[in-house]
Amino acid sequence: MAALVFAALILVIFNFARDPTVLRAQDLAPSALWVTITFASVTALNRAFAVELDHGALDGLLLAPVGREAIYLGKLLGNLLFTGLVQAITIPLFVLFFNLDLHGTLPAILLLAFLATVGFTAVGTVFSALTARVQFNELMLPVLLLPFMVPPLIGAAQVTSKLLAGRPLADSAGWLQILVTYDIVFLTLSVLVFPAVLDE
Amino acid sequence: MTSSSSLSASSSFPQSSTSSAVVAARKSIRLGQALTVLALVALAAHYVRAIQYTPIEATQGLAQKIFYVHVPAAWSAFLAFGILGVCSALFLWLHDRRLDLFAEASAEVGTVLTLIVLTTGPLWGKPIWGTWWQWEVRLTSTLFLFFLMVGYLTLRRSIFDPLERARYSAVVGILGAMLVPFIHLSVYMFRTIHPKPVILNPEGPTLPGSMLSTLLEGVAIMTVMYLGLVLVRYGIGRLQDEKEARHAAQG
Repeated sequence: MAALVFAALILVIFNFARDPTVLRAQDLAPSALWVTITFASVTALNRAFAVELDHGALDGLLLAPVGREAIYLGKLLGNLLFTGLVQAITIPLFVLFFNLDLHGTLPAILLLAFLATVGFTAVGTVFSALTARVQFNELMLPVLLLPFMVPPLIGAAQVTSKLLAGRPLADSAGWLQILVTYDIVFLTLSVLVFPAVLDE
Repeated sequence: MTSSSSLSASSSFPQSSTSSAVVAARKSIRLGQALTVLALVALAAHYVRAIQYTPIEATQGLAQKIFYVHVPAAWSAFLAFGILGVCSALFLWLHDRRLDLFAEASAEVGTVLTLIVLTTGPLWGKPIWGTWWQWEVRLTSTLFLFFLMVGYLTLRRSIFDPLERARYSAVVGILGAMLVPFIHLSVYMFRTIHPKPVILNPEGPTLPGSMLSTLLEGVAIMTVMYLGLVLVRYGIGRLQDEKEARHAAQG
């Protein structure tokens, strides 16, 4: 819940951090959307493993007769639902605050949001498990994870600005390829390395 | 390095594995020191050659001389990062503590080399591009190399259990090594104004022979320097590791 309010607040701040006489809201819109989603996701991921640690639930999970990969995929799915929820709130607010007409481009934006989120949420799930038991974890997770958000962020912002300019999704095929490759590579790697984070 | 005698004197429980590890660590430090001194002397000679005996570039003038430090440092920085990634992956496979210590040494030396790249680059950029910084592919990739290695080292310092530290940092090392190509590619698609590669480009080297040999000499020297510093740092890491293990064993 806090992450959702946080996302809404970033969007509001973005709007006021802009000189309305120089910069049109539409010009700032793609960066505002993606920076908001990025930071809100980090905040959400910071808490992802806190629940397990608080009540020793992680030990229970480890005792359960399922593979470490299954635990990972379960956590990833949960985190994806959560970042999806953040986006479900952010995108309508974004349309409202930036006075945009997404008629017709909404499915493309949603697809883009999904492609841009899967890869870094995969890495973020590993890192949140890893930093949960580390000192200064609220700071450690962003320091480790923000570099991983750069490629999806660049791609998503570029494609969004093309979409908002009225160009079809097919014009951004190169970026979409990069996003899909990024997702596949980091999803696979994350599944492979996650057991090393849980080994006791 | 002078504390080595007190270390061996305090080992009241002489174990063959422990003492052989200490011997190996000291050997690594000595070899590393020799290589570093060799590289430093060669580097001094390299500067003289680059400044005095290599032709001045026609359009860039003297500013181009920094290229003979900048490019070798960049090469070694990426080498350091590559070795960090490889050691991390091998660690998760083989679980050999030495791989973890070597990865750490490589990350520390790599951070210094990356800083050399990030300071010499703007010094050249200001007179040639007219700006200290550009959001350009190799600049940005190197900057993220720096961020990733600092993040890696920060993580290491906040975990106290050596085995946990080794596993966690190996995970970060592998993922980080895979990230750099993606950053490179996405910033490339963003935009680029960096000079084209003058050696590894498809049409073969475009650099005149004398400049090329000076550059390659620099690359060789920086690689030896990297190896020297890493071996010293690795040896120190192993000594620390042994000391921690001994403390743990004594309670």
